[in-house]
Amino acid sequence: MSAKAAPPDGFQRALDLGLKADEYARIVALLEREPNVVELAMFSLLWSEHCSYKHSKLLLRTLPSGGPGLVMGPGENAGAVDVGGGWAVAFKVESHNHPSAVEPFQGAATGVGGILRDIFAVGARPIAVLDSLRFGEPSSERSRYLLDRAVGGIGHYGNSIGVPTIGGEVYFEGPYEQNCLVNAMCVGLVRSERLIRSAAAGPGNLLVLFGAATGRDGIGGASVLASAELGEGGADKRPSVQIGDPFAEKKLMECSLELRERDLLVALQDLGAAGLTSAVPEMASKGDVGIDIDIAHVPRREAEMEPFEIMVSESQERMLAVVEPSRLDEVLACCLRWETGAAVIGEVTETKAIRIFDGDELIGEMPVEVLVDGCPLYELNPERPPADLYAPPARTLDSTDPQSILLSLLASPNIADRRYLYEQYDCVVQSRTVRRPGAADAAVLQLPHGVAIAVAIDGNGRRVAADPYRGTIAAVLECAANLACVGAAPLGLTNCLNFANPEKAHIAWQLTESVRALGDACRALEIPVVGGNVSLYNEGGEGPIYPTPVVGLVGQLPDPAFAGQTAFACEGDAIALVGTFRPALPASELAKLRGERLPGSLPEIDIAGVAATHAIVREAVRAGVFSSAHDIAEGGLAVALAECALAGDLGADVELEDVSEDRLFGETVGSFVVSGALAALAGLDCTIIGTVGGARLRISAGSSRIDLALERLREAHAALAALLD
Amino acid sequence: MHARVLVRPKAGILDPQGAAAERALAALGFAGVGDVRIGRLIELEVTDPATLPQMCERLLANPLIEEYEILDG
Amino acid sequence: MKFGVVVFPGSCDDVDAQLACARVADVVPLWHADHDLQGVDAVIIPGGFSYGDYLRAGAIARFAPIMTEVIDFARAGGHVMGICNGFQVCCEAGLLPGALLTNTSLRFVCRQVSLELVNPDTPFTRSLAPGARLSIPVKHTTGRYYAPAADLDRLEAQGQVVLRYAPADNPNGSLRDIAGVMSEQGNVFGLMPHPEHAVDPLTGSSDGLGLFASLRDALSGSLV
Repeated sequence: MSAKAAPPDGFQRALDLGLKADEYARIVALLEREPNVVELAMFSLLWSEHCSYKHSKLLLRTLPSGGPGLVMGPGENAGAVDVGGGWAVAFKVESHNHPSAVEPFQGAATGVGGILRDIFAVGARPIAVLDSLRFGEPSSERSRYLLDRAVGGIGHYGNSIGVPTIGGEVYFEGPYEQNCLVNAMCVGLVRSERLIRSAAAGPGNLLVLFGAATGRDGIGGASVLASAELGEGGADKRPSVQIGDPFAEKKLMECSLELRERDLLVALQDLGAAGLTSAVPEMASKGDVGIDIDIAHVPRREAEMEPFEIMVSESQERMLAVVEPSRLDEVLACCLRWETGAAVIGEVTETKAIRIFDGDELIGEMPVEVLVDGCPLYELNPERPPADLYAPPARTLDSTDPQSILLSLLASPNIADRRYLYEQYDCVVQSRTVRRPGAADAAVLQLPHGVAIAVAIDGNGRRVAADPYRGTIAAVLECAANLACVGAAPLGLTNCLNFANPEKAHIAWQLTESVRALGDACRALEIPVVGGNVSLYNEGGEGPIYPTPVVGLVGQLPDPAFAGQTAFACEGDAIALVGTFRPALPASELAKLRGERLPGSLPEIDIAGVAATHAIVREAVRAGVFSSAHDIAEGGLAVALAECALAGDLGADVELEDVSEDRLFGETVGSFVVSGALAALAGLDCTIIGTVGGARLRISAGSSRIDLALERLREAHAALAALLD
Repeated sequence: MHARVLVRPKAGILDPQGAAAERALAALGFAGVGDVRIGRLIELEVTDPATLPQMCERLLANPLIEEYEILDG
Repeated sequence: MKFGVVVFPGSCDDVDAQLACARVADVVPLWHADHDLQGVDAVIIPGGFSYGDYLRAGAIARFAPIMTEVIDFARAGGHVMGICNGFQVCCEAGLLPGALLTNTSLRFVCRQVSLELVNPDTPFTRSLAPGARLSIPVKHTTGRYYAPAADLDRLEAQGQVVLRYAPADNPNGSLRDIAGVMSEQGNVFGLMPHPEHAVDPLTGSSDGLGLFASLRDALSGSLV
């Protein structure tokens, strides 16, 4: 081995890089020697939580990952489900929390860039982006800044590349103040036979790195390995913020899809976290082969990069492909046409080892199995915390008058109109969008063969904090309810598990319970978990974030012309409740406004019963029975009615048996507000509660009542825009 | 040689970026700030600085809405 | 009747524009690096970010190889419709008067807007009813139409203002609510709203289809 790669002061350096003492000992034992600088850099990243999932893998293995509709499961860049007609839909959600906290615009932008690459890495054309955001209360200037810049960054990237951002959600809670969450989901469309995997194959085949040049981006933690020569100012040469270039990604995307379409690739992989260090061993591991790469051939943006920097660089907008030598010229010509740089940097071997060369010098050699599967997987030690971990939110509401409660809820950051945010996203490009943001509980996209898919993303961290198991069940069912409202049946789920430090017993408990719930909910809905992402150690000085499993669902509906909508549509329509309406105030939005502590648990959920309700709603939407359908979520029944009324600019007259607070504002899983012709609703298992019409929302029971002009409601609902503008 | 070209919105053209920065400065308590305008600085190596005006007219600036100033070169 | 849709590497709405054209006539893509207009009867420069729009929107695209041909085609009286980024490119190329500036909000805005048909007697609008209101989406950061006041007066006097945002529906601060303008000869038309995203009620509206149909009718010689 060359002197360039002399062993560092191994043990201490390993600790500095975040490896544990035992892990370093294991590396030495498996290699039967000390790793050199390049190898240590690679191990420290591949054995990090981010790449190895060492604290979550054992749990994730318990999730259902198979099913009749699954065409690509976990383990690939993205999972995919069959949507008929020879088409498949690939989708995945991923976090970019830490980069977004450092620089929200670029952090969010490169988060979108990364998830887009995951989708076109499997050969699918990205057709939609959704995002899930969490910040501290918007009364804080920093939270408003983070929100404004993160939304700007998502828009900048998605809008510029021509992929519509069609949905998302944002919640504001104190525990995210010091650790915001930025999760992005991408959905792609592909002919099933055109899906491509990342497994390298065929010794002698070439590795082609294409896309942007490699710079000192995201060297971050590995910079302790820098040789002394870089000297003073070395840190300045390693930017902590990666800049996304959507134009480069657009060309990379078109180029990748054309290469796939023309069948010029053996395998394809995007470069994400840890860059080549992750991509090369992953491709070798999946194909059970070895790979030699020569870093001298990696196109660079900067001079005098050290070998380890090239290996761990996280420069954006790069892909790695395995290509048969006979197709190389065609591949390079295609890259040239798309103005996308490309270079042969290595080849597939039979060695089952990763060998790194710098020209003629061998500067690293590690068995693939050791790199990829050698990292120890840790069992968690979950323990239910004796008391609520979270400080109660500040009390912002004193009134007990139902009218002012309704107005306060509509104006509260978690419920207020999101138009100001989603208008910053192109939601129409690609001509598929049948239901835009704000139009329905889920976005709806038409597909080439006449059917449509519905997509939604959801996750209420406060409820999960109160009860990790039932809160997570609720998150999945809520997301499925959104699909039901447009007439779609779920096909598959992706998730991003945003949690704090799992090495702490109570966080381990949250994570364990949440994953157990995810599995149970998916089994009940008979859908697979097609893939996802885990983001751990999300905590600031003031404590952990709310445990936040974000779930993304893709579902299908047979006819986009019958897609449901939120808005009341016809004067005189009857309004009805569907599902078991058992509202409760603990952990609700109203409880938050009142500064109440989280309850110790949430009410039990009848998963099968809720799934049956979803089926009723779904079938009725498909049959055109409903003019509108909306699930009752944050803020309860009164808020749901107000949302339908505001969306349709049509009032409602509703009579209830009683207007107790829990009935009006309590939250529940599995009930819906629908409207439609009275005769059509009559045949359905539902409770008629009122009539659509006028320009006021009236909810009454006996002498007590809410009676507010839509304009008053609209003014309250615009609170978020007023706060941000 | 090294050249620098300053491009900024023409006088009289609404510059919302400048206006936003002006509002933000006021909000931060900086009094007496007015007429903030935001342009861009272009740095380039040129062998023939005499061609700079033409570069500005044809590409680097849009003469309808922007004015340019060749700082050195 | 054959439309050509220019495809820059950063075009986003090129496929959408082709789909819209295909509803009324034949259509071919025109690759930015080519010099061949393939005998098309009209050229659409679509929305997107042509070459990343890093200097100024449309500033680099106007020098693309295909644009040499498009500019010659337009100067010879050929019909060109520039949508959004295409409008910016046409202004940068001097095919249309004025310029597009950053929205007064400084933000990207994607919204269905209501448009007033100001001049129904153009090759781009003849199949629309005079006085029609069109519901078409806008989506851009750089859409604030600007021209010096004297130029605006002349544009209005000569019927070159083709579309205006309806009162209180100006999404970007465009002067005099201008949403679309035409060249003096009436053969080049630029607009910020996206008619190609308004060709099917299922995806929002079909009010934009008339612009494509008008052009087809004008160039096929039929006035059906």
